[in-house]
Amino acid sequence: MAGNDMEFWFEEMHTNNVKMSIRVNQHLYSGTSEFQRIDVFDSPEFGKFLTSNGNVIFSEQEEFTYDEMIVHVPMAVHPDVKRVLVIGGGDGGVARELSYYKEIEVIDICEPDKMFVDVCRKFFPDNAIGLEDVRVRIYYEDGLRFLRKCKDKYDLIINDATDPTGHEAGLFTKEFYGNCYKALHDDGIMVYQHGSPFFDEDEENCRAMHRKAVKSFPVMKVYQANIPTCPSGYWLFGFASKKYHPIRDFDPKKWEDRKIKTWYYTTHLHSGAFMLPKYVEDMLIEEEKE
Amino acid sequence: MDLERQKKAPLYRALQEFRRQRVVPFDVPGHKRGRGNKELVDFLGLQCVEIDVNSMKALDNLCHPVSVIKEAEELAADAFGAKHAFMMVGGTTSAVQSMVLTACKRGEKIIMPRNVHKSAINALILCGAIPVYIDPKVDTKLGIPLGMETADVKKAIEENPDAKAIMINNPSYYGICSDLKAIVDLAHKNNMLALVDEAHGTHLYFGEGLPLNAMAAGADMAAVSMHKSGGSLTQSSMLLIGEGINEGYVSNIVNLTQTTSASYLLLGSLDISRRNLALKGKQSFAKVCELADYAREEINEIEGFYAFGAELINKSSVYDFDVTKLVINTRGIGLTGIEVYDLLREEYDIQMEFGDLSNVLAYISIGDRLQEIERLAGALNDIARLYSKPTGDFFCAEYVTPIVKATPQEAFYAETEKLPIDQTIGRICAESVMCYPPGIPILAPGEMITKDILDYINLAKEKGCSMQGPESEDISELYVLK
Repeated sequence: MAGNDMEFWFEEMHTNNVKMSIRVNQHLYSGTSEFQRIDVFDSPEFGKFLTSNGNVIFSEQEEFTYDEMIVHVPMAVHPDVKRVLVIGGGDGGVARELSYYKEIEVIDICEPDKMFVDVCRKFFPDNAIGLEDVRVRIYYEDGLRFLRKCKDKYDLIINDATDPTGHEAGLFTKEFYGNCYKALHDDGIMVYQHGSPFFDEDEENCRAMHRKAVKSFPVMKVYQANIPTCPSGYWLFGFASKKYHPIRDFDPKKWEDRKIKTWYYTTHLHSGAFMLPKYVEDMLIEEEKE
Repeated sequence: MDLERQKKAPLYRALQEFRRQRVVPFDVPGHKRGRGNKELVDFLGLQCVEIDVNSMKALDNLCHPVSVIKEAEELAADAFGAKHAFMMVGGTTSAVQSMVLTACKRGEKIIMPRNVHKSAINALILCGAIPVYIDPKVDTKLGIPLGMETADVKKAIEENPDAKAIMINNPSYYGICSDLKAIVDLAHKNNMLALVDEAHGTHLYFGEGLPLNAMAAGADMAAVSMHKSGGSLTQSSMLLIGEGINEGYVSNIVNLTQTTSASYLLLGSLDISRRNLALKGKQSFAKVCELADYAREEINEIEGFYAFGAELINKSSVYDFDVTKLVINTRGIGLTGIEVYDLLREEYDIQMEFGDLSNVLAYISIGDRLQEIERLAGALNDIARLYSKPTGDFFCAEYVTPIVKATPQEAFYAETEKLPIDQTIGRICAESVMCYPPGIPILAPGEMITKDILDYINLAKEKGCSMQGPESEDISELYVLK
């Protein structure tokens, strides 16, 4: 392992003018699939982390933030989730959080890139353990294609795709939201990555996502979390729902009774996460008026 | 095709060589490798702007090629199986016009399908030839024009033994092919030239299992839109000639209207694309066919859409079908193709090639990936769910036999007057009246207006067809020759 006297750094451009650097101990893996280039590094600060085409997807030290927020928020609102579809999510972190809920009967994971799953299984066993749950079925398929064939089938859809410009671009489109709507039961919820609103060049993606989702779902709210390796460290999630409101239909007591161990999510934080900074609120309202 | 030789790209190489040489320019263009136009460099990039240069010894001259362009054209001829290939920088329009101008002069006849491209009609305006139209047949359910039936071509030849040439679309915009070989043979047996508009057919020369291409069918000339399925830059094209055609004469014709400052960006792109097609075309188009087939399968599972394919083949008006063309009939969801085209663009950020009253066309090419096909299928699925309407009656106009009284050239230059449409019977039309569907003219400049034609225009309008062309949008008036 390289000592700290060696200047070995992973760098990611967050904008043309802002760069994030992570000191690297070791480059553990590099491979190119049909969809992306995948690399795994070991670092002193974040532990092991995985990148896709040079962008950090998750790291050992922070994935709990993201996986907890995208799972527990909708799970604490919907009163009876039996069938869940995870689009992307090949690392298993989302499935792991879902596996804590006994009432869930089916966890379908639709991940186009088998290599991604294989790499995660090898290097991130703490995430990939989620894939071993007996309720999990993995479909190596394009998310849009999978959804096209589903109608009135799921209580919860989690869109785990992160990059609206890469091979997952199809998962940030109106056709995706529309097909999700169709795939959900009448009281279904869809949560998705809403990107980071801070830098100018990310703002338009964020706006476009909201514009499309608002048109597709009657209830559409945005919530936030702090994720250090994301651009500006600030990340949004979308809560799109056919019936349930994320605050009014939120049942904290019921969730507390489950005694799920978390590091980020709490029932206090649940409500707070929907309280957004003014500039974000303004941006969302502008798009809702469109 | 000599595959070893096809690895060369002489013009591309000469441009790369030129880039390294750092020659001091005291010639045009005046931007001088971009130095005089910073915004242009910022916009297009230095890589692009610094090879925007003029003809010079090292880079040859398109008007009279002697070195690298000549060699690039020879390689193209070899790749396409032609006697000679002309690199064209004025679009396939200029290639089509060069074919017509080569084949016929003022007062001579040329046989062509009624749904021929505008560029061919415009060539007739330039040269003064007389068109003899053939009914391309129509699929009234799908609302599209088909191909010429060989028997109709034979009849037209018998009725016009003095015609100089026959023009054939291979394939049409919708992927429909006529019996090219039979028509070429018929033309030759009657001392006529066979000219083939292959604006949508570059891939036919390189893919496997696709319809026959013009040069393989023994045609005399073909206009091949390299920039469509061939992958070169927009506006670049190729004109091919067969054994019976004089290269020097065609060169004179091309130079009548082609620029003397041909763009090296376009020419370079033709050379690179030709090499790609020759070396990798087979695999590339196998993938295109696979994508198009997959898209058809997926789209046909969505209720209300019909993406048609090889099942249309009937060995007459649809002699063959180009499976790379993805045409989707939208009538089953109660929307016009134009409405679906607009929805895809405005709501789903998907740009289609075109939409007509009953179909939308997606152009599938060497640049497509499965993920984009999934987006298209996903969007169509969503459109069917959100925007479907009850299906109404569908009427598709039929073929109206034109009576050509003046050549397109005479009609173009004639004195005209505007009359209420019901007073135009017996007059010669100065405008063109296109009827959609199926997108075939009912009247073209120089044609006699009859009571039957006016009755038909009224009927088609009443049934919901869209009439385009005349200045008066509701077709209440028409320009006629004085």
